[in-house]
Amino acid sequence: MADYVVSVGMEVHAELLTQSKMFCRCKVAFGGMPNTRVCPVCIGLPGTLPVPNRAAVEMVLKTALALNCTIAIDSVFHRKNYFYPDLPKGYQVSQYGDTNPIGYDGYLEIPTPEGGTKKIKIRRVHLEEDTGKLMHLPGGGSGVDYNRAGVPLMEIVTEFPPDIESPDDAREYLVQLRSLLVYLGVTDGKMAEGSVRCEPNISIREKGSTQYGTKTELKNLNSFRAVQLGVAFEAKRQAEVLESGGTVRQETRGWNEATESSFLMRTKESEQDYRYFPCPDLIPMHFSEEQIERVRSTIPELPLAKLQRYRADYALSDYDAGLLVADRDWAMFFEEALELGGEAKAICNWMNGDFAKMLNESGQGAMAGGKSHPERKTSLVRPEHLVDLAKLVSDATINGKMAKEIFAEVFDTGKMPSQIVEEKGLRQVTDTGAIASAVAEVLASNGSQVEAYRGGKESLIGFFVGQVMKKTQGRANPQLVQDELKKQLSGD
Amino acid sequence: MSISLDEVRHVAHLARLELDEIELASFQTKLNALLGHFEDIAGVDVSGVQPKPHAVSLVNILADDVVIEGLEREQALLNSAETKAGLFIVPTIIEE
Ligand SMILES: [Zn+2]
Repeated sequence: MADYVVSVGMEVHAELLTQSKMFCRCKVAFGGMPNTRVCPVCIGLPGTLPVPNRAAVEMVLKTALALNCTIAIDSVFHRKNYFYPDLPKGYQVSQYGDTNPIGYDGYLEIPTPEGGTKKIKIRRVHLEEDTGKLMHLPGGGSGVDYNRAGVPLMEIVTEFPPDIESPDDAREYLVQLRSLLVYLGVTDGKMAEGSVRCEPNISIREKGSTQYGTKTELKNLNSFRAVQLGVAFEAKRQAEVLESGGTVRQETRGWNEATESSFLMRTKESEQDYRYFPCPDLIPMHFSEEQIERVRSTIPELPLAKLQRYRADYALSDYDAGLLVADRDWAMFFEEALELGGEAKAICNWMNGDFAKMLNESGQGAMAGGKSHPERKTSLVRPEHLVDLAKLVSDATINGKMAKEIFAEVFDTGKMPSQIVEEKGLRQVTDTGAIASAVAEVLASNGSQVEAYRGGKESLIGFFVGQVMKKTQGRANPQLVQDELKKQLSGD
Repeated sequence: MSISLDEVRHVAHLARLELDEIELASFQTKLNALLGHFEDIAGVDVSGVQPKPHAVSLVNILADDVVIEGLEREQALLNSAETKAGLFIVPTIIEE
């Protein structure tokens, strides 16, 4: 088989986190009874006048700036014409042209496995509207729900020739882009609910060739894993087509999650058939320098910059820092704990360890009012709890094992760790006299093991530590116990 | 500038219009007359005139992001030929 390289272009659609729709003021929400969030504008009744949503425009502007784009000072909406029942007007309002989309010629940096970064060039960031939903009915016919029709939709398209050259790149691009959009507060990022949708187009060519192959487009990918598997599957499928003497056809293919394979959907209409033209109902947008700078100033520290800062300033591993920045609420929790005097490494270990595990198991969230998961119950554990707990460990008031038990109680009750220590008298025994007598008692009642140890079976040290800990109800400082054991065992 | 019979057929297809050969020929004549007017417009000297994105000299007519109640579902569905379970019913869509 010849050596092929894969190239991937990415089209990502994100539903914007506005209250109302793009061109009318119907409510934006997920689910609910069909056709209960509609009005004459979004069901395409004649004689209506659409008015664009200012918040949606600014969200796209903010995203375009965060993606290092050039901003189109003057930008208009176009009509993309085609007939499909999920599109009540017979056209979708979108933005056409190379330098007309609100943002163009930008890039997103993604981390590479080698620890560096790679620039993925962005061709355009534009604003459009979502379509309705079509349901095929068992008895024949299709039902249409227009609740989603007209929801503000942002499209982000990568540049050609593509910088994405592997299934891993494709996944990482989507991970980073989604994370950035959630940090910006422009989408809730829920892929399973279709808030972020990704349609990669994939082509392969022989290594060394400058001629790009025919692209196929993949739909229905609703997880990072699906994107990675889908791209890999298409690359392999295309290679097999070429190897068997065939040609790759330009087509749209669907992804079947269950079989982890793609299937033919339909051949793509050619672009000119959409007959784009400027929408006469919609007045052009104009962005002033002042507005651009005001929006730019609302961009928070972005995930990659945060990751690099955590690595550099707190000496966290890539893995740990990655977990902390993956979710903005989570990163905020970490930073609040540090502001309260928490030690970075200890806070990080609690968060990415027991805390994350318990949140997961209980279905709770770390932060109140998280836009991305408003339905989640907020954990009783606040940053100050972790700061307190970490301090109790670092000043040796409690040992690690006790800390884990205390944390479980904090998680259930929201009590401060130091309060639990006081109430239960859980202070770690660091009194060397008390430890020495506990050690002496243990050695006295385990004569044969002592003999064995002295005879060379040094692994028995663990047994002795266990016995002493048991005697002190787990409260002895393990290091002091070890030291005292070695002293008494080697002595007399 | 003129439009061929095939182009008329293509445009009719995109507009989902079923036209017979006589109608196609008739539309070809009419559309060509229309395109003639565009040629007149194209002949106007516009050197030194800035292109405008819109016929109206306005920008940024935008609305605040505030929810306003829309139609009751019964009202929204009123003109639909067929409805079921609160949905507009259309003929089964077969992907081409
Ligand atoms: Zn509406």
